[in-house]
Amino acid sequence: MMTASNNPPLLEVRNLRIEFPTRRGTLLAVDDVSFDIAPGEVLGVVGESGAGKSLTGNAIIGLLEPPGRIAAGEIRLEGRRIDNLPYEEMRKIRGARIGAIFQDPLTSLNPLYSVGRQLVETIQTHLPLSAAKARQRALDLLKEVGIPAAEQRLDHYPHQFSGGMRQRVVIALALCAGPRLIVADEPTTALDVSIQAQIIALLKRLCREHGTAVMLVTHDMGVIAETADRVAVMYAGRVAEIGPVRDVIKHAQHPYTKGLMGSIPSLGVRSERLVQIDGAMPRLTEIPNGCAFNPRCLARGERCLVERPNLMAAGASRAACWLHDKAGVGAPVAKQEPVDA
Amino acid sequence: MLAFILRRILQSIAVLLTVGVVAFSLFRYVGDPINAMVGQDTSMEERAALRDKLGLSDPAPLQFLRFIGNAAQGKFGLSYRTSEPVGRLILERMPATLELSICASLFVMVLGIPMGVYTGLYPRHWSSRLLQAVSLVGVSLPPFLIGILLILLFAVVLRWLPSFGRGSGTVNLGWWTTNFLSWEGIKALILPSITLGLFQLTLIMRLVRSEMLEVMRTDYIKFARARGLTNRAVNFGHALKNTLMPVITVAGLQLGALIAFAIVTETVFAWPGVGQLFIQSVQFSDIPVMAAYLMLIGFLFVIINLVVDLLYFVVDPRLRSQGGAARVGGH
Amino acid sequence: MWADTDVKAWLARAADSDVWWSFKSSTLTIVAAGATLLIIAIALLSPLLAPHTPFDPATLSLSDGLKPPVFWSADGDWTFPLGTDDQGRDVLSSIMYGTRLSLLVGFASVVVAMVLGITLGLLSGYLGGMLDAVIMRVADVQLTFPAILVALLIDGVVRGLISVQRHDEIAIYVIVGAIGLSFWVQYARTVRSSVLVEKNKEYVQAARVIGLSPLLIMVRHVLPNVTGPVLVIATLNLGLAIISEATLSFLGVGLPSTEPSLGTLIRLGNEVLQSGDWWITVFPGATLAALVLAVNLLGDWLRDALNPKLR
Repeated sequence: MMTASNNPPLLEVRNLRIEFPTRRGTLLAVDDVSFDIAPGEVLGVVGESGAGKSLTGNAIIGLLEPPGRIAAGEIRLEGRRIDNLPYEEMRKIRGARIGAIFQDPLTSLNPLYSVGRQLVETIQTHLPLSAAKARQRALDLLKEVGIPAAEQRLDHYPHQFSGGMRQRVVIALALCAGPRLIVADEPTTALDVSIQAQIIALLKRLCREHGTAVMLVTHDMGVIAETADRVAVMYAGRVAEIGPVRDVIKHAQHPYTKGLMGSIPSLGVRSERLVQIDGAMPRLTEIPNGCAFNPRCLARGERCLVERPNLMAAGASRAACWLHDKAGVGAPVAKQEPVDA
Repeated sequence: MLAFILRRILQSIAVLLTVGVVAFSLFRYVGDPINAMVGQDTSMEERAALRDKLGLSDPAPLQFLRFIGNAAQGKFGLSYRTSEPVGRLILERMPATLELSICASLFVMVLGIPMGVYTGLYPRHWSSRLLQAVSLVGVSLPPFLIGILLILLFAVVLRWLPSFGRGSGTVNLGWWTTNFLSWEGIKALILPSITLGLFQLTLIMRLVRSEMLEVMRTDYIKFARARGLTNRAVNFGHALKNTLMPVITVAGLQLGALIAFAIVTETVFAWPGVGQLFIQSVQFSDIPVMAAYLMLIGFLFVIINLVVDLLYFVVDPRLRSQGGAARVGGH
Repeated sequence: MWADTDVKAWLARAADSDVWWSFKSSTLTIVAAGATLLIIAIALLSPLLAPHTPFDPATLSLSDGLKPPVFWSADGDWTFPLGTDDQGRDVLSSIMYGTRLSLLVGFASVVVAMVLGITLGLLSGYLGGMLDAVIMRVADVQLTFPAILVALLIDGVVRGLISVQRHDEIAIYVIVGAIGLSFWVQYARTVRSSVLVEKNKEYVQAARVIGLSPLLIMVRHVLPNVTGPVLVIATLNLGLAIISEATLSFLGVGLPSTEPSLGTLIRLGNEVLQSGDWWITVFPGATLAALVLAVNLLGDWLRDALNPKLR
C-alpha cells in the first residue's frame, strides 16, 4: 500500500498553516505542514496533545473551529482544492467524500434520534435513495460494522448501546456515503482497552474492503504500529518525521521520534529501562527559535538554535533535523537543563 | 413510564401538602379568625362557643385535614375584608387573570423562542447583538415601570388604547366574562399583555439563546456537520430539538410566573383579576384570601410541572426507556 | 518591604489576569461600572449633594407644587431643576434620597440571602440525610414560586402579626428580610453541589483521620471555590433585589411614603400620571432603570468572564 509515488495522491496537504488569534498575539498552531495520503492508504498521525494533529484533521474536513483559521497553504482532495471552498460546497464533500470519526462515541450521536434515523438522514443527504432503500442501506451498514440483531437495533436510541457499539455506529455513519477518506480523530481513546483493538481491527478491515484511505490521528503508537502504512510524527505544530511505519518505528531518524519509540515498552526486547524525554513540549506561545525540539534534544548543535530544519531525506523516511543535512548541526551545545518553576 | 408518572403525581401531592401546611399555618395562626367574624362586644363565652362550633378547638392535625378537605372543594371561608366567601371572590376574578396570562404567554412564546433561536444560531450577527443588548434593557426594566411608560405613551399622550380595567368590551358568558369577543375588549388587553409579557419575553429569549449556544458546541452537532448534513437539518433538526428540553421546563415555570406576576400588572392597569385581589388582601392582611391564593398558585404550578414532565417523555427517548431516572437538562 | 513587593506582584497578576483583560476590553462594562459607582456615590452623598431635604415637612410649600422641569417649560424653576411633585417636593432631591434607600435595601437583602444560602448550602451538603432532604425540598417548592410572591406573602404575614403603625417603623427590615428570604435558594444549591464534590476528596478524609474538623477544612476549601459563582449570583441578584424592592414599594407594601424609595416615588407619581405630570414618575423610573441596567451589565460581564456553570 506504499504506492504514493505511482498513483496521484488522494489527499495533498501543502504548507498548511493554522493560526489562532488571541489577545496575546497570534498563535501558530500548525506551521508549514505537508503530507500526502494515497488512495486506500492508512496514514497515522502521532504527537502529544497540542502538537496540532487534531487541528490538521479538522482543517481537512473543513470544520476548524473559530477563531482558528487556515492562514496559508492548501489542501487538495483528488486534485481539487478544498480548503477555500464555500461552506455549502464543502458540506457536500463532507460525509460524501471525506468521512469523520471523533474521539468520544458517547457524545457523537444525537441522543434524541434513533441510530436508524441518523443513518438514513446521512444517506439521504448524500445519495439519491428512497426512504426504503436508504433504510435498507442503513441496515446493511449496521450489519457490516458488526452490530448484532441489526434489524431491531436500527430503531434503538444511542443510550441503548454500549460505548464500543456506539463507536461502531459512528463508523457506520462515517461510511454511509462511501467516502474515499476517513479522518479518524482518536477513535479509541474513550473506549475500554479491551474494545479498542476490536474497533481498530474493524476500521482497518472496512477501509481495506472499501478501498477507503484513513488519516488516523492518535497519541497511541501501538495503534499506529498495528494499523498504519505510513506515519507522520508531529511536534509543536510541525511534522518532525514522516515515513513508512516500519522504518519510523525500527529506525527513527528524528531525536524526538527516537525518544518517543524509546518510551514504548515492548515484549520482545529486554532493555534496562524505558527512555524518557526530559521536559515538555513548549507552549505555542513559547516556541524557541530554530528547531522547536532543541531545548529537549540530546544531539543539538549551534545551528539548531538559529535555523529551522525542514523535512529532508533521512534513511527510508524524511525528518526535520539537521543531523541529516550535509552541514550537520554545528558545534554541540549542551541540552538545556529543565528548570524547576 | 407509568411508574414515573405515578411518582411524579405523588411528588406533586407532597408539594401541594407543603403549600397546604404553609397556607393552613397562615390561616390558623396569623390573625384570629374569630376576631374577624364577630363584633367587639361579643362575650368570651360566645367566642368560645363559636370556636368550638367552627372546630377551632380541635387538635391541629385534625384542623389541617379539615382545611385540606375544604380547600379541595374550593371552600376557604370568608374574606376578613369583604365577608364574602373566598372561593366565590376568586372564581369571579379568575377569568380576567387567565385571559391576561394567556395573551401574555402567547406574546412571549411566539416572539421569544424564535428570537432566542435566531440569536443563538447567529450570535455574531449585528442584529443578534442588538437584540441581546435590547433584551438586557428588557430585564432591567421592572414590569410596573414598563406598564407606566406604556400608559403614558399610548393612553395619556397618544390616546390610542385604554389604560384602565377590562374596558367596556367584556362579554358575559354566564360563569365566564371574556375580553376576546369584542374589539373594545381586545384593545383593553393589549397594553396589559405587553406589560406582563415583556420581562418574560426577554428571559425566554436569553434562555433559548444560551441553550442554543451550548448545544451548538456539543460533539453531536460537530459530528452532524462532519456527516455533511445541511445547515437546516443541523440547526433545526438536531440543535433545536435538544434545546427544547430546558426550554419546556422554563416555559412551564414562566407560564406559572406570569399568573403570579399578574399581581403587578393588574395593579398598574386596575385589571380586576385575582392578583389585584391578592394585593388588596396583603395590604389588609386578609389571611383567608392569601391562603386560598397560595393554594391556587401551588395547584397551578403542580399542574404545569406535570404537563412539563409528560412533554419530557414525548421529547426524550432516554426517559422513555429508563423510567425517568434522571431529568436531563433543565435546572 | 515584603508587603510592597507582595502588593506589586499581586497587582501585576491582577493586571495580567483574564478577568481584568476582559474588563478592559469591554467599553460597555467600563461604562456600566462607572455608572454604578457614580450612582452609588451620589446616593451615599445625597445629604450633602441634594438641594433640598424633600421629606422634612417644614421645608415644603404647596405653592411650589407641580412645577415642571426647567428644560420642559418656561414655568420651570431653577431651584427645582427636575420639577416638583404635588406636595412641592423637589423631584431631584427625592430621587437622590430614594436611590440611597433602594441601594441600601438591595445590598442588605443580597447579604441576607447570601449568608442564609451559603450557611444552608454548607449544612445541607455536609450533613446530608434528613436535613439535606428537607432543605432541598423547601428550596424546590420555593423555587416554583416567583420571588416577588414569596416576598409579598412574608410581608402579608408580618402585617397580620403586628399593628400597622409598628409596621411602618420596621418596614425596611421586613422588606430586607422578605427579599433576602426569597433569593437564598440559588446560593444554597451552588454551595451544596460544591460541598458534595469536595466532601469525597482525599484531603477531607485525611483531615478526619488526623482529627481536624472536616467541616472547618471544607469551609476553608469550599468557600474559595464558590467565590466566583456566588459573586455572579450576588451581582445579578442585586439587580433583581432592587427591582423587587421597587415592585413591592410600588404595590404599596414596601417602604412607606414617609421614607420613599424609587419604587415608592414611582407609585406616588403614578397616582397623578393621568393628568400629564409625567416628570414625577419618569425621572425616578429612569434612575431605577439605569441603576438596574448598569448592575445587570456588570453581572452579565462577570458571568461571562468567570464562566462558571450557571443557569
